[in-house]
Amino acid sequence: MGLGTILTVLLYLLFVGYLGFRGYRDTKTASDYMVAGRNVHPFVMALSYGATFISTSAIVGFGGVAGMFGMSLLWLTVLNIFVGIFIAFVFLGEPTRRMGHHIDAHTFPELIGRRFDSKFIQIFAGLLIFLFIPLYAAAVLIGGTAFIAAQFHVDYNVALLVFSVIIAVYVIMGGLKGVMYTDALQGAIMFVGMLVLLIATYHMVGGVSAGHERLTELGKAPSLFGGIGFQGWTSMPKFGWGKPDFNLWWIVVSTITLGVGIGVLAQPQLAVRFMTVKSKKELNRAVLVGGVFILVMTGVAFTVGSLSNVYFLDKEVVKGTVKAEGKALVIAKKERNVNPAKPDSKPGHDPDVKALPAIVMDLDTTGDGNADTYLITGSVVPKLAALLPKAEVTPAAYKVGDAVTVKPHANAYMRALKKLPDGRYQCATSRIIPIFIRSAMPKWFGLLFLLTLLAAAMSTLSSQFHALGTSIGRDVFEQLGKGKVDSVRVTRLGIVAGIVVAVVISYLNPGTGFIIARATAIFFGLCASAFLPTFLAALFWKRATKAGAISSMVVGALVTGFWLLLVKTKEAAALGIVFKVTGGKNSILAGKGNWSVVDPVVIALPISMLVLVVVSLMTKKFAKEHVDFCYGGEKAEK
Amino acid sequence: MFGLSSFGIWSAYLLCILSALICVVYGAVNWNKGDEDLKKEDLDWAKEEKTEVEDAL
Repeated sequence: MGLGTILTVLLYLLFVGYLGFRGYRDTKTASDYMVAGRNVHPFVMALSYGATFISTSAIVGFGGVAGMFGMSLLWLTVLNIFVGIFIAFVFLGEPTRRMGHHIDAHTFPELIGRRFDSKFIQIFAGLLIFLFIPLYAAAVLIGGTAFIAAQFHVDYNVALLVFSVIIAVYVIMGGLKGVMYTDALQGAIMFVGMLVLLIATYHMVGGVSAGHERLTELGKAPSLFGGIGFQGWTSMPKFGWGKPDFNLWWIVVSTITLGVGIGVLAQPQLAVRFMTVKSKKELNRAVLVGGVFILVMTGVAFTVGSLSNVYFLDKEVVKGTVKAEGKALVIAKKERNVNPAKPDSKPGHDPDVKALPAIVMDLDTTGDGNADTYLITGSVVPKLAALLPKAEVTPAAYKVGDAVTVKPHANAYMRALKKLPDGRYQCATSRIIPIFIRSAMPKWFGLLFLLTLLAAAMSTLSSQFHALGTSIGRDVFEQLGKGKVDSVRVTRLGIVAGIVVAVVISYLNPGTGFIIARATAIFFGLCASAFLPTFLAALFWKRATKAGAISSMVVGALVTGFWLLLVKTKEAAALGIVFKVTGGKNSILAGKGNWSVVDPVVIALPISMLVLVVVSLMTKKFAKEHVDFCYGGEKAEK
Repeated sequence: MFGLSSFGIWSAYLLCILSALICVVYGAVNWNKGDEDLKKEDLDWAKEEKTEVEDAL
């Protein structure tokens, strides 16, 4: 990492710190604006909102998934904009704000807890948020860490340490308060960074239409993911039910698009954001800026992730010194029967991991004497030749220690190799966007993008830890009847514990597979299933009862938990319960339809909605006074 | 459209842009609507947020 880079990052951090400090002194959080009776400038409001919601998880994690699976991910952007901005701000924003202020709720669990007059609801929601936000925070940390590691060729663990320290200092120094100008500055940097990335990428691939056409052309080659229904980066996966060929469609549509796209509505941070605006006017204005902002964030990340395949396959040239080359095993995603010998089957834990035998070259591209780039240069098994990259190396005759020029001709997924300590290699989705930026973009852009990602991570993590802290302090601890002084202490301890857990999760999962997208999807899906029906009923359905809301939340959380532990292959495999009980399967519904790749949200959300309606209709209504009070009535007792 | 031949993809690409446009139009039309003076409950809420929540963090 050069001195210039370190200085730029330090200057940026100092500037953000200064803004945070001014925020302290000049009182500039959203609630300060309200106390002062002033509107927040709409751009400041929308940029700070955007910065809070778009993170390295969306850019590096989901952008990498787009590099692997293609532009079908744009459906998530459609939902991000239409559901996450338009529906959320136009239909949910004002009722949430009104009700929150009227019943004096300051957190999401408090809002639904008071509306349904239930401490249990508040504590239960607070606990769920406290327990699961670290998973989402880890997704954000892994995304930023993967970029630092790839951009500066430093070890993942070193990058994680540096990144965690920056984040922890920022959070402790007041980042949690959500100082509007800091968040807005971060949003502005993200906006510029992503816009430049889009323009530069389209320019590089020859324009919008030409780039897309070339991507389509290249996507016709045989793919590792052909067996699960991949049909190219510019086509939807095969749709149907009952065969493994349809798995990818269900992954893209149920987990990535619906899991994350709908879950945004019931994010605890979103409700808080609605409550900290002064009037509906601010919400209206935020819709304009927010829609464009999200388009430029996730829309660009998914488009660029997909188009990176054109760059890697057609244009990339890597120069370096050969450090080693030879036969090795490359762990790719599961692809049934590509490697009949299954040299890598580990029957204890994850029998689906398949390793492809290939010839891999370790290159030193920075001249520091260490290999930093790993390229597949050939195939060992003839059957796999069509699936593996055919790198062109100049000069054709070379040996270890020679300087070479390589055209890797690899797709994004195969290009994003990392070397494991045991000598094998692994395709790491989270490295796709970082490697693309490092290889395809000028160095100054790498720096801008680093700031973009730092900004994205800092703003999102601070709002996550804000939600985590208030959940454990205000929603759980205070509701259990403990004192206010202790509650402050618990809030702070909770935040520290949350940061530690998130860092540990990131340490254990260095960005392989698509862990970032999965961890994000688990949190969003859980929020949708456990909270969304109750949240909507709180705002719009006066007949909903306490019993209805409680049953819906508990059932939503339980069904999600059941599905993740026992049915959804990838998550169930990580936990290993089904494997032990069944002696070899990773899902209790393995081989039955495509159930084992369907996201829990598709099952749990309809069930929890139904439970809310049925139980509410079967149980006693709230007293009219209570309902009237929640909807703005003056007379009733609280 | 946009050099994309698959309906499932070009429609997503188009809908991304259209959704953002809907947001722009909605925001522009309602730019000055919805302004209201703060009520006492709003102010009380903001003051409590300031002292109870933000200071705890």
